[in-house]
Amino acid sequence: MKFYLKVWRQKSDKVAGKLVDYTIDNINADMSFLEMIDVLNDDLIRKGEDPIAFDHDCREGICGMCSMYINGRAHGPHHAATTCQLYMRTFRDGDTIYVEPWRAKAFPAIKDLTVDRSAFDRIIARGGFVSVNTGQAQDANNIAVEKASAEKAMDAAACIGCGACVAACPNSAAMLFVSAKISQLALLPQGGPERTLRALGMIDQMDKEGFGNCTNIGACEAECPKEIKLTNIARMNREFLKATIVEE
Amino acid sequence: MSELNSKIPEGQLQEKWQHYKEHAKLVNPANKRKLEIIVVGTGLAGASAAATLAEQGYKVKAFCFQDSPRRAHSIAAQGGINAAKNYKNDGDSVYRLFYDTIKGGDFRAREANVYRLADVSRNIIDQCTAQGVPFAREYGGLLDNRSFGGTQVSRTFYARGQTGQQLLLGAYGALERQIGLGNVTMHSRHEMVELVTIEGKARGIIARNLITGELEKHFGHAVLLCTGGYGNVFFLSTNAMGSNVTAAWKAHKQGAYFGNPCYTQIHPTCIPVTGDYQSKLTLMSESLRNDGRVWVPKTKEDSEAIRKGTKKAEDIKEADRDYYLERKYPSFGNLCPRDIASRAAKEVCDEGRGIVPSGFGVFLDFSDAINRLGIDVVKARYGELFPMYQNITNEDPLKTPMKIYPAVHYTMGGLWVDYELMTTVKGLYCLGEANFSDHGANRLGASALMQGLADGYFVLPYTIGNYLADEIFVKPIPTDHPAFVEAANSAKERSENLMSIKGKRTVDDFHKQLGKIMWEYCGMARTAEGLTKARKMIQELRNEFWSDVRVPGELNEFNPEFDKAGRVADFIELGELMVIDALNRNESCGGHFRVESQEGGEAKRDDENYAYVAAWEFKGVEADPVLHKEELKYENIKLAVRSYK
Amino acid sequence: MAKSALFTSSIGKKFLMGLTGLFLISFLIVHASINAMIWFNDGGVTFNKYAHFMGSNLIVRTMEIGLFLGLILHVVDGLWLYKLNREARPVKYAYNDEGTNSSWYSRSMAILGTLILLFLVLHLANFWVKTRITGIEQFGVDAEGQENLFAVMQAVFQSPIIVVIYVAGCFSLFWHLLHGFKSAFQTLGLNHVKYNEAIAVLGIAFSIIVPIVFALMPVSILLGWVR
Repeated sequence: MKFYLKVWRQKSDKVAGKLVDYTIDNINADMSFLEMIDVLNDDLIRKGEDPIAFDHDCREGICGMCSMYINGRAHGPHHAATTCQLYMRTFRDGDTIYVEPWRAKAFPAIKDLTVDRSAFDRIIARGGFVSVNTGQAQDANNIAVEKASAEKAMDAAACIGCGACVAACPNSAAMLFVSAKISQLALLPQGGPERTLRALGMIDQMDKEGFGNCTNIGACEAECPKEIKLTNIARMNREFLKATIVEE
Repeated sequence: MSELNSKIPEGQLQEKWQHYKEHAKLVNPANKRKLEIIVVGTGLAGASAAATLAEQGYKVKAFCFQDSPRRAHSIAAQGGINAAKNYKNDGDSVYRLFYDTIKGGDFRAREANVYRLADVSRNIIDQCTAQGVPFAREYGGLLDNRSFGGTQVSRTFYARGQTGQQLLLGAYGALERQIGLGNVTMHSRHEMVELVTIEGKARGIIARNLITGELEKHFGHAVLLCTGGYGNVFFLSTNAMGSNVTAAWKAHKQGAYFGNPCYTQIHPTCIPVTGDYQSKLTLMSESLRNDGRVWVPKTKEDSEAIRKGTKKAEDIKEADRDYYLERKYPSFGNLCPRDIASRAAKEVCDEGRGIVPSGFGVFLDFSDAINRLGIDVVKARYGELFPMYQNITNEDPLKTPMKIYPAVHYTMGGLWVDYELMTTVKGLYCLGEANFSDHGANRLGASALMQGLADGYFVLPYTIGNYLADEIFVKPIPTDHPAFVEAANSAKERSENLMSIKGKRTVDDFHKQLGKIMWEYCGMARTAEGLTKARKMIQELRNEFWSDVRVPGELNEFNPEFDKAGRVADFIELGELMVIDALNRNESCGGHFRVESQEGGEAKRDDENYAYVAAWEFKGVEADPVLHKEELKYENIKLAVRSYK
Repeated sequence: MAKSALFTSSIGKKFLMGLTGLFLISFLIVHASINAMIWFNDGGVTFNKYAHFMGSNLIVRTMEIGLFLGLILHVVDGLWLYKLNREARPVKYAYNDEGTNSSWYSRSMAILGTLILLFLVLHLANFWVKTRITGIEQFGVDAEGQENLFAVMQAVFQSPIIVVIYVAGCFSLFWHLLHGFKSAFQTLGLNHVKYNEAIAVLGIAFSIIVPIVFALMPVSILLGWVR
């Protein structure tokens, strides 16, 4: 297969980037998208050019590192999949493919398709945990958890923190990510004692990082590789309202 | 051999750890604040250790090469985590988990360590549950367990097919909490490129800032390496692309012995290689073997026809199929352990009966299960796995059998550590997959997560005090100390060397070639002849690498290709050591199979001559490493032949 | 983060959007119901009666102030959010295929809202300014001797251009409501698997019925369906 690529190249966050055209041939339909980029990079290196920098690690859809905006979609056209789970057979021979990085003020550029997503870590550091020191825990079966709640918590916990929600959101909002963690812990009794502090802290940090505001468009849910639901955002809103209005 | 002191406490097996904890030296809280600890790697072992040490009051600096600690490859573990909780009331106990682990490891692990592991496994489940890890539950609201990896009890806790992810996110949350509190300084996108030792003690690291390329010097009263396994020495493995041996290898070169480097686990159920472009192998959960039947055609001709596409699996009559696992191991059948299933697949493919174009693949067939249980039950049972397989291969396993082949998955070998998890360099510790300690020659399913978290949450935080108690008078050493300068210079020189070669071949070229050598000669079946040949090939490859590699870009910028080059350079050196170790170990045990050492077609262990840990001392890249042996003493269990027939 | 977060945080801002939005929706119900009185086709007598009540009742007049405040808050907050959201992505995508993951109107609330606002300026000039400020004495009284707001309507909607603008305004309102109605519930956290469907259906029904009722008024008058 042959493809015409338009890839975002940017030396660093200090200089402006632009789309650069590449033509790539003899691509096997069973290649993953990242393997196609590997082949392109191999070619660039042999030609003495700078290869395309991109984030990737596990290549099995769980680490959340890969992050490409392909043909106008976060992680490309495949539903509920990360970039590394996208295969070239999804495209047609001769297609033109746009490849851009996640774009958001809160995700500053590093190089080419690589951006800095440490904002997510700073949000987690403000409450995305249960404050239980090692060794303090009681026996795991001392607290029963309703199975349905545990399942919902797991649905939310499936988030891989890739940032596709931010990338796809026309407002660059991070609410799906933040709400997934708040929901997970709000649905479990273990998360109960800190829920007020958690909601206030994480949302405060989210705002400080410069993410946009949710207007319930739903692009995040549609593009999330782990199918995290908008209901989590509603739950986060409830947690927040409770924290600001009800709690003393 | 005398200098290898494993520091196993005296006393009954069951009391050793308790006794140790009661007698280890303590550091008082005021002094903990003055002590700095470096943690390299933030997977299960690293994140849990960093968080726990910070909770205790130490000043911690953590490093990872990924953009966030949450990305470490622990996240990819699917199946579950073992713990001797006996919630199922099916007769499980600490002793049974201990025994299963030793036996599974083919009697090549240290008794005291494994018993401790089994013991603290219970605390891990408590801790993780309290952190909000959403383990699977029963309708009564209590935790669910499943049986995993052919054990006779149900002791595996799980969170759907994402257990590793959930445990890691729990530890990551605990770590981020400490970062938020200011007790941990996190350095992501940093790679350790040199260990700094002063007067024989680990005192810090040189880390490359992967964004700016700057070489940073960091002091620590102690250094923890939690940097995972080295399966990527094979290029193709189930590891993440970035998984590497660099930190452990640098430590090895600074005096840390490397234990049992040849022990690698080859997982039987992975998706076969399809092309040279392939970057990674994907594991299909072991649980598939519960209902899937493994087979190849009885004749080479049928296999040939399938490879060419003139016949399909469905065209092969029942009588013409060879369900070789069921034939060879009637009592365990398709559920025999990983190493055995893997070797059996290799055998039939070597006979020319493989069923994928490359020749290296066998069928995993669900048609019987579908006929027996109905398609819906099978679908429900393997929910996410079938679509995942279909996404990758474009074939529906409900209609046509899966194609699988073994792939490198885990490395049991690693830096040699004593009972306190300290390496042969004082003040340098090694945790998780990066150390050699608990799995012997073969790891059981759902035990990797257990070991990583045991080391990080419950072992190291106790043992490190025993060392640091004597370090409280050591003031932080300024990083302009000659040892730091020298280490930084050597890292710089090496980097500049790499950049200046400007050869013709890409880093991946070399990595793939190394992988092929390792897979061919140091993979599932190893011979003295092959290993000897491989060593020579690796040496040649090393010379070629250092004279013909091409690394693009600059040193002082974000340059993933350069990072890769440094890692591959270390893999090449490690590869040679693995081959040396494999050659030395003239027996078959667990994941290590020497063709010369078998009986009736089955692996044959040699307890008389090889019941030891091979700990290798580095003597120079060109020089032969020196072997040190730690005798494995079995005081509580009797060595037996593993039989799954 | 203090309790002031309720007003300053991102969620506080959208909470305000949702609340004012629902408030304006409640106004739409009242407004549409009263205006529908023109279809009694009694020369505007019933309609004028209620219009008079709305214009003279002290409570209603007080609420009118609240209504304006609500509207202003909704507009200002909306525009502020719009500005912040633009700033959150300084470099735009060269190629963005948003149509596959979301509806155009959900992404265009600010534009639709602005169109509605422009329409409102005209609408207020047409009616509110006349009834509340300049007076409508010159339109005489109806059959029962009441102030004749109905006559004002008849006068205004003689112009086909005005009618077209009103109908266009109703289309904007339709799309704005189609997203805004259910969005408000989501924002306020009123989201529950058992009732989501009902809210969605109600939202669609409301978004269709109310704008149609509004649009039919000028059309009915222009085409002489009501006299």
